[in-house]
Amino acid sequence: MYWEQKKECLPRPQLEQLQLERLKNTLRRVGTTVPFYRNTFSKLKVDAGKVKSLDDLRRLPFTTKQDLRENYPYGLFAIPLRDVVRIHSSSGTTGMATVVGYSRKDIVNWSNLVARILCGAGVTADDMIQIAFGYGLFTGGFGLHYGAERLGASVIPISAGNTKRQIQIMQDFKTTALVCTPSYALKMADVMMDMGINPNGLSLRFGLFGAEPWSEAMRIEINERLGIRATDNYGLSEIMGPGVAGECQECNGLHVNEDHFLIEILDPETLEPVKPGEVGELIITTLTKEAFPVIRYRTRDLTRLLPEPCPCGRTFVRMHRMMGRSDDMLIIKGVNVFPTQIEGILFDIEGTEPHYRLIVERENNEDKLTVMVEVVESIFFDAMKKQRAFMDMIKKRMASELGIGVDVKLVEERTLERFDGKGDRVIDKREL
Amino acid sequence: MRVEQIAVFLENKSGRLAEITAILADNDINIRALSVADTADFGILRLIVNDVEKAKSILQDGGFTVGKTDVLAVEVVDKTGGLAKVLKCLHSAGINVEYMYAFVNKSGENAVLIFRFEKMDEAIEVLSKDGFTLLSGEQICAL
Repeated sequence: MYWEQKKECLPRPQLEQLQLERLKNTLRRVGTTVPFYRNTFSKLKVDAGKVKSLDDLRRLPFTTKQDLRENYPYGLFAIPLRDVVRIHSSSGTTGMATVVGYSRKDIVNWSNLVARILCGAGVTADDMIQIAFGYGLFTGGFGLHYGAERLGASVIPISAGNTKRQIQIMQDFKTTALVCTPSYALKMADVMMDMGINPNGLSLRFGLFGAEPWSEAMRIEINERLGIRATDNYGLSEIMGPGVAGECQECNGLHVNEDHFLIEILDPETLEPVKPGEVGELIITTLTKEAFPVIRYRTRDLTRLLPEPCPCGRTFVRMHRMMGRSDDMLIIKGVNVFPTQIEGILFDIEGTEPHYRLIVERENNEDKLTVMVEVVESIFFDAMKKQRAFMDMIKKRMASELGIGVDVKLVEERTLERFDGKGDRVIDKREL
Repeated sequence: MRVEQIAVFLENKSGRLAEITAILADNDINIRALSVADTADFGILRLIVNDVEKAKSILQDGGFTVGKTDVLAVEVVDKTGGLAKVLKCLHSAGINVEYMYAFVNKSGENAVLIFRFEKMDEAIEVLSKDGFTLLSGEQICAL
């Protein structure tokens, strides 16, 4: 099933020609309207007008998350704010957050690309889609919502949380497609069991999952327990949100919407291309974005391309589901968390360099983050009430600044291993 | 009339209390009174000892997190209602107890109540006015 067959099956030479034209157009625009790109282009003596082939992309500078932060909030916008119709923002504390904007046409393209992903997964205008992604600054909820409406499906914009109610509605409204994180799908299966609801008695047929890493084993478990076909989809707010890539019904890798995004897979150390099919960092250049075009964005996500043609007939290249990160970012309950954020909060509270360790676990299909903190004299109280109030204060700060709840465990001084420089302070026990 | 108390942070791991008491014994520190407040994960050990500074520094050298706080020591006759009288006096003055513990002195005639208040100065005033005996650190060690 295709949403736009002609485009999704465009012969490669024509696709590459289209990409080149769109790349040149994008470079011309950012080179004149975005000071950040104008400056880096002139520093690196890049003449956007002289790009003659897609290979010339390699001479262009990268854009990193740090660049986005430094240009907070609107520094990288390529159109006047009055033409921006939507703002989204990535998770992160104020100042750490990144802001992206969309023009009217960007929203149309975004809706269309998400409709492609939904259609590719088997969803049609006859389906009832329950969107259990958070609605708000996070791109997941609204991205899928607009795509589903574009497709003509019926949307239940339930947003995240309140699992029992999700299941009740799923049963009563006869939901046929579920959109959420893969771990939340398993959590729902657990709660269905508790509620005595047999998933086979529901109308559910499809699950479109994203926003966190998962595995083939999890897919099999979800399919079996919920009696559905689970597909993976990928996106990130810095690029657009969901709609960048998604699996077709072959369930064997995610087709990248290559007419809108140009991708590279590079060695994260040397930043040279890896051999075809080898694992590397995904780099994305937007080709049609008006409000927030990005050149060679370092996603920090690791994947590899599956170069063989897909039996579905799409010519868009497939990539393996995300295989890890080239930085220390954690994805907990679908929320991006950097250890440095936690360190910053602890530093702020303790007033000195904190000694801490982060333990990530998955219990009953739910992620759990425990922050172990060494108790030094400045944060030690002789009264239990004060010590507990102190722990609650840490929890509150973390919840409000990270957007997820954490557990705090106090440990004795000098009991956590010391690292020289940037050590691995994270113990991720999750087995996906 | 304040008494210095040391508090030690303890994870709930077996043998930690034994280690602390061994360190103190090896250094000739005499424990006059102690109490432990605990949760599932950790505990707070509070000690009245004969040499506060020395105890603090040797425990810190032993890798423990140690804090120092002022508490009040009230001596009452070891008879029914002894504690009740003190608490009644504090309650009527609107002074809340953060925590307390007690021990009976060697002769067995008197009991010593160790109190920690939010409002220490007010507590001293109220207790003295009502004629309660407040002990100093030296007096406790001499008991």
